Amino acid sequence: MNLKLKIWRQKNSNDKGKIVDYAISDIEPDMSFLEMLDVLNDELINKGETPVAFDHDCREGICGSCSLFINGRAHGPDTGIATCQLHMRKFKDGDTIYIEPFRARAFPVIKDLAVDRSAFDRIQHAGGYVSVNTSGNTQDANNIPIPKENADTAFDSATCIGCGACVAACKNSSARLFVSAKVSQMALLPQGQIEAKTRVLNMTEQMDKEGFGNCSNTGACEVECPKGISLENIARQIREYAKATTATKK
Amino acid sequence: MATLDSKIPAGPLKDKWTNHKNNINLVNPANKRLIDVIVIGTGLAGGSAAASLAELGYNVKAFCFQDSPRRAHSIAAQGGINAAKNYQGDGDSIYRLFYDTVKGGDYRSREANVYRLAEVSANIIDQCVAQGVPFARDYGGLLDNRSFGGVLVSRTFYAKGQTGQQLLLGAYSAMNRQISRGKIKMYNRHEMMDVVIVDGKARGIIARNLVTGEIERHSAHAVVVGSGGYGNIFFLSTNAMGSNASAAWKMYKKGAFFANPCFTQIHPTCIPVTGELQAKLTLMSESLRNDGRIWVPKKKEDAEAIRNGKLKPTQIAQEDRDYYLERRYPAFGNLVPRDVASRAAKERCDAGFGVNKTGEAVYLDFSSAIQRYGKEQAYTKGLDENDKELITKLGKEAVANKYGNLFEMYEKIVDQNPYETPMMIYPAVHYTMGGVWVDYNLMTTVPGLFAIGEANFSDHGANRLGASALMQGLADGYFVLPYTIGDYLSDDIRTGEIPTDTKEFDQAEKEVSERIEYFVNNKGEHSVDYYHKQLGKIMWNKCGMSRNENDLKSAIEDIKKLREEFWKGVRVPGTSKEFNEELAKAGRVADFMELAELFAIDALERKESCGGHYREESQTEDGEAKRDDENFKYVAAWEYKGDNEKAQLHKEDLVYENIELKTRSYK
Amino acid sequence: MSKSGLFRLTIGRKIAMALSALFLMIFLLQHLTINFSAVVSPDTFNELSHFMGTNPVIQFFAQPILIFAVVFHFVMGFILEIRNRKARPINYAKNNGAANSTWMSRNMIYSGLVILAFLVLHFIDFWLPEMNYKYIEMNAADPNRYYEELLHKFAHPARVIAYVVAFILLALHLLHGFGSAFQSMGQNNKYIDSLKKFGVFYSIVVPLGFIITAIALYLQH
Repeated sequence: MNLKLKIWRQKNSNDKGKIVDYAISDIEPDMSFLEMLDVLNDELINKGETPVAFDHDCREGICGSCSLFINGRAHGPDTGIATCQLHMRKFKDGDTIYIEPFRARAFPVIKDLAVDRSAFDRIQHAGGYVSVNTSGNTQDANNIPIPKENADTAFDSATCIGCGACVAACKNSSARLFVSAKVSQMALLPQGQIEAKTRVLNMTEQMDKEGFGNCSNTGACEVECPKGISLENIARQIREYAKATTATKK
Repeated sequence: MATLDSKIPAGPLKDKWTNHKNNINLVNPANKRLIDVIVIGTGLAGGSAAASLAELGYNVKAFCFQDSPRRAHSIAAQGGINAAKNYQGDGDSIYRLFYDTVKGGDYRSREANVYRLAEVSANIIDQCVAQGVPFARDYGGLLDNRSFGGVLVSRTFYAKGQTGQQLLLGAYSAMNRQISRGKIKMYNRHEMMDVVIVDGKARGIIARNLVTGEIERHSAHAVVVGSGGYGNIFFLSTNAMGSNASAAWKMYKKGAFFANPCFTQIHPTCIPVTGELQAKLTLMSESLRNDGRIWVPKKKEDAEAIRNGKLKPTQIAQEDRDYYLERRYPAFGNLVPRDVASRAAKERCDAGFGVNKTGEAVYLDFSSAIQRYGKEQAYTKGLDENDKELITKLGKEAVANKYGNLFEMYEKIVDQNPYETPMMIYPAVHYTMGGVWVDYNLMTTVPGLFAIGEANFSDHGANRLGASALMQGLADGYFVLPYTIGDYLSDDIRTGEIPTDTKEFDQAEKEVSERIEYFVNNKGEHSVDYYHKQLGKIMWNKCGMSRNENDLKSAIEDIKKLREEFWKGVRVPGTSKEFNEELAKAGRVADFMELAELFAIDALERKESCGGHYREESQTEDGEAKRDDENFKYVAAWEYKGDNEKAQLHKEDLVYENIELKTRSYK
Repeated sequence: MSKSGLFRLTIGRKIAMALSALFLMIFLLQHLTINFSAVVSPDTFNELSHFMGTNPVIQFFAQPILIFAVVFHFVMGFILEIRNRKARPINYAKNNGAANSTWMSRNMIYSGLVILAFLVLHFIDFWLPEMNYKYIEMNAADPNRYYEELLHKFAHPARVIAYVVAFILLALHLLHGFGSAFQSMGQNNKYIDSLKKFGVFYSIVVPLGFIITAIALYLQH
């Protein structure tokens, strides 16, 4: 199939950037979206032009590197997938496709479609861990039984790949789904209880500092999340937050 | 550096590690503050090592080329992690895990290393649970296990099909804790360009900031490399696009020996290649072989008709299907180890029975499983066992419960419903057992330079068992290296900070910059991928699942020629002082081109078949792999002698005192 | 960690938004009850209005709270909106919001602004004259004036149309706001589905009640 592409090009973080039009032909429906971009880039290199920069690595939907906003949606028209799992059969011959970076003040563009998501790392530094030494001298794993239901729910929260689609899709560029998924995982497990209060406060505070917007419960994040992380996590973060802020000192 | 000393401690096997820990030198806590350690790579091995070293008190600088340590390719591991916990009470033990791993590796790994791995495996699970890794649990709230290919017990811990992700996020969280304490300085989007040797010791690295293109000098008292494997030498593999061998290769060129480069694991259940423009292959978990039956048509004309789209697999009658694994290996059937399953698929496809357009695919069929589970369900629910429709419906539900997410993933990629029509699979490059040679302390032949995880030549011998890679990565990073590195660093407590304004750093930086400038200034005409794809074809066709002398010799010539063409013809757009992915790729592919040659030389040298290395000249009458313990019971460690010199082979003899060498048989 | 910390971060502010919204939703029910009584029985309406207009607890305790809640809800809404807009300095060239969220949820600020405009009118039209009547001119209480005044307000069709439009926007605001308020307070549990269904019912019935009242009164002329 033949397609028209409208791609955001931006030399570096200081450049203003603009949408540039490209035409591409002979694309197979079985190709992945990123393979289509590989083809475009190969053509650009052969013409002596700079290829389009975009983040990608595992190409199987788990590393969370790929981050394209395609035709107005994070990770494109399919749901439950990252950009790398999007296939060209979701498009028709002659389609025009807009390809933009994930946009948020907290995700500055590095080049073209690649953005800096280190804000997510900093939020995790603020409390996304259990303070346990890696000595291996912990108690036996089965000394901490955890109800299967809790373990499964914690797992569901923990499947977040940190891609930032929630931020990109949110009209407010809110990072709540991401942050709440991490808070939830720990809140649901006994190992996370000891530091639960400081964790939710510190992570939430860092989230605000990074300049993300608020959650207005549109639910867009849940729809676009490649791993289907649920809004229940956001509610759980609020409960954890309320608990932590209203608790009295001992 | 003429002889190889593996530094395996004396004493009985089960006491070696304990005795060693008791006797090696340690660095006292106050002195650890004076010592810097660089860690390259933040996967399971690098991430866990960085966290543990920082926690012990060393100043750690960690580097990854991804935009966050959490994205290292360990994250993609699906199935699980082995540990000798014996929670199921099915007779598992440290010895049994040790034995299975050595046997699975076709007797080409070190007894002492593997035993230590089995010993610390249980600690890994304790550690991860304490960190909040949400492993699968049973209804009693205790940890659940499943079984994997090639073993007789259930010892695999898992978190659905995302075990690697959960373990890596655990290690990442341990890193985060140290980053927030200031004990780890994290360098994201940085690539190690070279290791700097001062007075014979590894004392730092040259790194490139991938965002700005700036070349940086970083010094340390020791350098630890956990940069993964080199599967991408085949271009198409299940590795991430950025996975590369450059760090390991730079170590080799600075004096670290490279061991068993030809030991590659080709995983039998991957989604087949569809076209020339494909960039990446996707693995389907090995667990599918528990219930899926692998077959191709018995008649060539049926296979042809399928390839032309004139027949559908569901139209082939049972008696016209060749369940070739069940036919050839009645004892293990579809659950033979990975190397055996892969070769069998290739054999059928080469014989003309392949089933997709390219002729390189076999079926993985769940229809029997659906019927079997359906009947079971109908029986337990007291429903009509003769109602075909009902049975199929119940069966599909049961299969969906077990493999739902994998089936969905398959459907997204291939656009076929695997509940209705059999999946198509084909082997693909997955893991490299070979790597940088290390001694018992995980130190390479260069003092102060360590290799961990898939980057070292590792504990898996010639073939890795399922769910063992995660175990090894975390064992190295959490529990082995943090101790053994102390033995080396105890001499460095008075050294003080290593300066970076020395001639060694000058020289290393100059070499790195020259190569970068060469690439951006070369007036070539083809992209990096153009050459990488050709390299991949050479490797796949001549150094792939089955190898012979002629092919390997011609591969060596082909690689040399391609390498010359690459250096002459490669075109890298843009400049060196910006975010330039093509430039990063060019450097990685240049290193693959060199490693590929050593790979082929090693494969040529090893005239036996063992594990993933199958030499056509060394087979039994019925086409099975034939090991040659008399002549090849050694680790082949290669020493770099110069760009135009042949690498020198050093042999580390493998001694088996606790295990009797046997022929692997799965018939 | 003191109690005041609750509203320091954006999550807390959203909780405050939700609390003020809940208060306003309860107020709306009470307001509708009184208004609707005008359709059923002018006398009841007069009685209720007189009570509300003269009872000191309502006048000097409930009324200031109401005013505070209204002002707070709007001011906080704007503060949060400004932060949201800052969070994305460059907009997408193409953004298909309809694919993942409702129109109502994406346009709370606009439905809110229309409601605000209506409230300003309501203020000038009803509340200021009322305050003037009672506390500045110090007229004697007249328990029977309310119905006549009310009827008089809905004499002109333009006014009825403005009224209807404002309440349609209120319905849209509530259709998202009702469920959203509970989510913002962390209430996403097994009751959420029933709660959301009730929210839809409330969001349609309450504004519809106001609209019916307006039309019914207009038709009295």
